[in-house]
Amino acid sequence: MESALLVHRLHFAFTVTFHYLFPQLTMGLAPLIVVLKTLGLRRNDETYNQAARFWARIFGINFVLGVVTGIPMEFQFGTNWSHFSRFAGGVIGQTLAMEGMFAFFLESAFLGLFLYGEKRLSPKAHCWSAVAVFLGSWLSGFFIIATDAWMQHPVGYERAADGSAQLNSFWALVLNPWAWWQYAHNMSGAGITGAFVMASVGAFYLLGRKHVEHGRIFVKVGVVAGCVFSIVQLFPTGDGQGRMLAQNQPVTLAAMEALFTGQPGAPLVLIGQPNVPEKKIDNPIVVPKMLSFLTYRRWEAHVHGLDEFPQELWPGTIPLLYYSYHIMVGLGTIFIAIMVVAVFLLWRGKLFDARWMLWVLLLSLPFPYIANTAGWMTAELGRQPWLVYGLMLTADGYSKTVSAGNGMFTLLGFMGMYTVLGILFLFLVRREIEHGPLAATSAH
Amino acid sequence: METLWFIIVAVMLTAYVVLDGFDLGAGIIYLFAARTGDERRMVLRSIGPVWDGNEVWLLAAGGTLYFAFPQLYASSFSGFYLPLMMVLWLLMLRAIGIEFRAHIDDPVWQGFFDVVFCVSSVLLAIFFGAALGNVIRGVPLGPDGYFFEPLWTDFRVGPHPGILDWYTVMAGVVALVTLTAHGALYVAVKTEGDLSRRARRIAVMAWPLQLLLTCVSLIATYYIQPQAMDNYKTYSAGLLVPVVVLGSLGVIIWAATKNKEKLAFTASSLYIAAMLVGAAFALYPVVLPASTDPAYSLTIYNSAAGHHGLVVGIVWWILGMLLALGYFVFIYRMFRGKVRLEGQGY
Repeated sequence: MESALLVHRLHFAFTVTFHYLFPQLTMGLAPLIVVLKTLGLRRNDETYNQAARFWARIFGINFVLGVVTGIPMEFQFGTNWSHFSRFAGGVIGQTLAMEGMFAFFLESAFLGLFLYGEKRLSPKAHCWSAVAVFLGSWLSGFFIIATDAWMQHPVGYERAADGSAQLNSFWALVLNPWAWWQYAHNMSGAGITGAFVMASVGAFYLLGRKHVEHGRIFVKVGVVAGCVFSIVQLFPTGDGQGRMLAQNQPVTLAAMEALFTGQPGAPLVLIGQPNVPEKKIDNPIVVPKMLSFLTYRRWEAHVHGLDEFPQELWPGTIPLLYYSYHIMVGLGTIFIAIMVVAVFLLWRGKLFDARWMLWVLLLSLPFPYIANTAGWMTAELGRQPWLVYGLMLTADGYSKTVSAGNGMFTLLGFMGMYTVLGILFLFLVRREIEHGPLAATSAH
Repeated sequence: METLWFIIVAVMLTAYVVLDGFDLGAGIIYLFAARTGDERRMVLRSIGPVWDGNEVWLLAAGGTLYFAFPQLYASSFSGFYLPLMMVLWLLMLRAIGIEFRAHIDDPVWQGFFDVVFCVSSVLLAIFFGAALGNVIRGVPLGPDGYFFEPLWTDFRVGPHPGILDWYTVMAGVVALVTLTAHGALYVAVKTEGDLSRRARRIAVMAWPLQLLLTCVSLIATYYIQPQAMDNYKTYSAGLLVPVVVLGSLGVIIWAATKNKEKLAFTASSLYIAAMLVGAAFALYPVVLPASTDPAYSLTIYNSAAGHHGLVVGIVWWILGMLLALGYFVFIYRMFRGKVRLEGQGY
């Protein structure tokens, strides 16, 4: 049965990781497209409308991938994690069903209108349809985060006679403080992806001296938004989530930081390899007392170490958790540096001629995806060994009737399918970038 | 309260089948009815702005099912593991078939996605029919409320059936024929000229088969699940269902031959809705019958979520549904009328 658990975990991990490559761009681009549409309306400048249409085409391709890879996520709660669903459905069924009712209907209805209805709508109405798509995608994000937040920090429930969790306070579920910090952190993460992608494509045009006018708009909007989102990602959202973690999942924090021994004035490890058997960090580079200060705002505060918790409650894969967390934070810091410099250059009017900076923007494209993925791995690996924190172990949640062989069959099927989808996506997006912002919108 | 949610989920699933049914049907007849590139684009344009929204009904119904009957969701989704995964793959292929085809104006590219779109539509119709067949026939539930069905065993209806046996295969064929006619009528309504005429002819040709299969499936259902008639005996109002089924079938052929495509399409929607309502009515209050021991059957009572959650859900569900209906009315009005090719956009 060990291996069935592993297959089901990999099944969900693989499909959700691939899936989230697309919604983060959907949610990140949606507000930027609204900005472009609004600027176009305000300044009565067709260039902004062309820019908006260009990004709408990429948004459309990306959205399709997000939808088709998202459907399996809802299904897998039942197919691969049926014991979890039976246990938690009475609570998280609420948020998942609300996602369908409030977000999906809104999003799907207005996306068609936004992508294909420009000729039938007034410019203002078309702008509003972009706002509706933006709202729909961000609502969708909220309901998913609220679901995950309940698994991280269960609230608003009671145990029924059969042991399952049942809702007893709707508002506690929706106003879960964990959900709001996580949502803010996650959405600014999506915003970073949207901003970097836009800036990167703009930099590509400027470096190649093509579509210069549009390229400048992309870079400008991208770096301004990127600067705001990158800073918000660290403070207050990242900071807030870190302190909530210290309060509610201290063992997770200890594992993320690889703090094997609890101590006052705990150091922050910048680089180093966790050596779990010997309970130490190899080749460490640390900032003394920094972890205590960041967590509790006091240099001498005691931070709980892994030694203060029974080993069976440690997250299972401490090295991977540690690296995920450090990659996320490291990249997040670099993003701030890049975007602050870029905005400074923009302010001095030198950005469009600073080719080195445009190169940096161009090449930074993959890193927000890596950072967002690493962030989610931190959240989900950090919750282990729990599926619902403190209530249900991951090992108890998978579908006992679905054997490892059947799970492997469909996991391999998804891998094949997603390879094809990924290639198609890259191929079509590359084509759109090559055609540029002046190409006619292709409809059916 | 459980009964109310049973009705809500049944209505949402019915809405899904009626709505996504016509774009699945459009996919089924796609390669045969639409011969030229322009005709194919017309079919795709007729469903283009709405198919994604139609499919959301499946997701919303799935979400609502999960919320209201978590035990049923857990049990049926893990039990129908393999066919559901295949449905997912087909839904994916179909979606990219529709959406990516138009991106490149090349006969090889478009020819490939044409076939993907058509084949996935055909298979999905059969799968959905077989799924309904499984739910009516019953599954080998254990005392813990779980089961796992292989794709097939010996194709016979017994205590340990597979996903596919003669009954569920028949249900798949019923769904295929029904949705073929449904989609053909939709295309007939939404287009003009040869394409519209050809689509209507497909619906007319499918009709005798539809009538025959309707009767055969009703008899077969009675044969394998005699207790399906119990509710009809207790509540005679249920007898309206077969009357509506046969009546709407009659209207379909009458209207289709008289060139009243809109009326025929409406009748076809009604026919599908009546068939599904009839099935739900026959099952109630069971939601997943056990082929092993009737005591293991999942009912609305032993699979529902807690009372508080169900009550709270009513509030937001009504709000959400009103909003969704608002969008739908708005979108269908925006894109009403016959599809034409000139000009940009739909």
